[in-house]
Amino acid sequence: MNITALTINGITIISIAIAFKKDKKKTEKALKVALKVSLKMLPMVIITILIIGLILGFIPKSTIINIVGERAGLKGIIAVASLGAVLHIPSIISFPLTASLLRAGASITSVAVFITTLTMIGIVTLPIEIRELGKKLAILRNGLSFIIAIVIGVLMGIIL
Amino acid sequence: MKNGNDNKNMKQDLIALLITVIITVVLLYLVPSKREIVITISWKFFIEMISILPAIMILMGLFSVFIPNDLIVKHLGKTAGIKAIFLGILMGTLPTGPLYVAFPIASSLLKKGASISCIIAFLSAWACIKIPQEMVELQFLGFKFMIARLILTVIFVIIMSVIIEKLLNKKSGEFATNS
Repeated sequence: MNITALTINGITIISIAIAFKKDKKKTEKALKVALKVSLKMLPMVIITILIIGLILGFIPKSTIINIVGERAGLKGIIAVASLGAVLHIPSIISFPLTASLLRAGASITSVAVFITTLTMIGIVTLPIEIRELGKKLAILRNGLSFIIAIVIGVLMGIIL
Repeated sequence: MKNGNDNKNMKQDLIALLITVIITVVLLYLVPSKREIVITISWKFFIEMISILPAIMILMGLFSVFIPNDLIVKHLGKTAGIKAIFLGILMGTLPTGPLYVAFPIASSLLKKGASISCIIAFLSAWACIKIPQEMVELQFLGFKFMIARLILTVIFVIIMSVIIEKLLNKKSGEFATNS
């Protein structure tokens, strides 16, 4: 286990202890919720692990670099941003997935853009958003999120 | 209704899992030279995920039980200005769950008179800088990546919130009938 994982587990153990002291019943409920969500997510986790293995094992590094690497250019970035906007996968799964692509030659920019559009934009959930918040607000929010995702990604590519 | 949806989603996930397993087995059977590398990589990611996911899930469970949504509505309903944007971002990092869960909350905030910029900030933070999510990002993409994305996201979310509020307030009459 690395330091990050140890820290996260440490924080969790301390949180459980504090929560338990505050309210035993609520803490038990929280642990039950955690178990239920974990079981629900398990198939997705296994799928992601297998897909990561297949991508890194079978797709040559040069191909990944050409599609989502430094050479991909603005067209590549927009393609990655659109993919993130359309896909509907839990963000927790997206981090190991993008980390594997990063190690295989994807650029920081495309990874940051993908994570941002994946989490902030939801084409699948747009009808719900329009119903709850109105057409103008929903479309403006998703549209501007697309633009700032690309800006954030490009800046991250420059900084890191 | 909700339970039915859950079961349907689970069924879809299990079918997807089955297809992925079949594809993996067939590919590894056909190309023996790739077996070792694929298994090594998948195993490595499995270890990385299993070492934090249970902890993250428990944290999310604690967040969801100890920070109820009406607490957020109560805190965000009556603030305004730049302070409201920051509070919106802060409150957005606390809950768990997918973004569409936040839409009804945002809708009731709108009705309670929260500013549009505050709601946009809240939704954006909920979407992409929730605390448990940031921990997973830290584990897999590293501190530099995580902190750079966090800071840039906060900056641009603030800018976006102000822009959207300006654009909508210009024609606020139309907007009011919309919501």
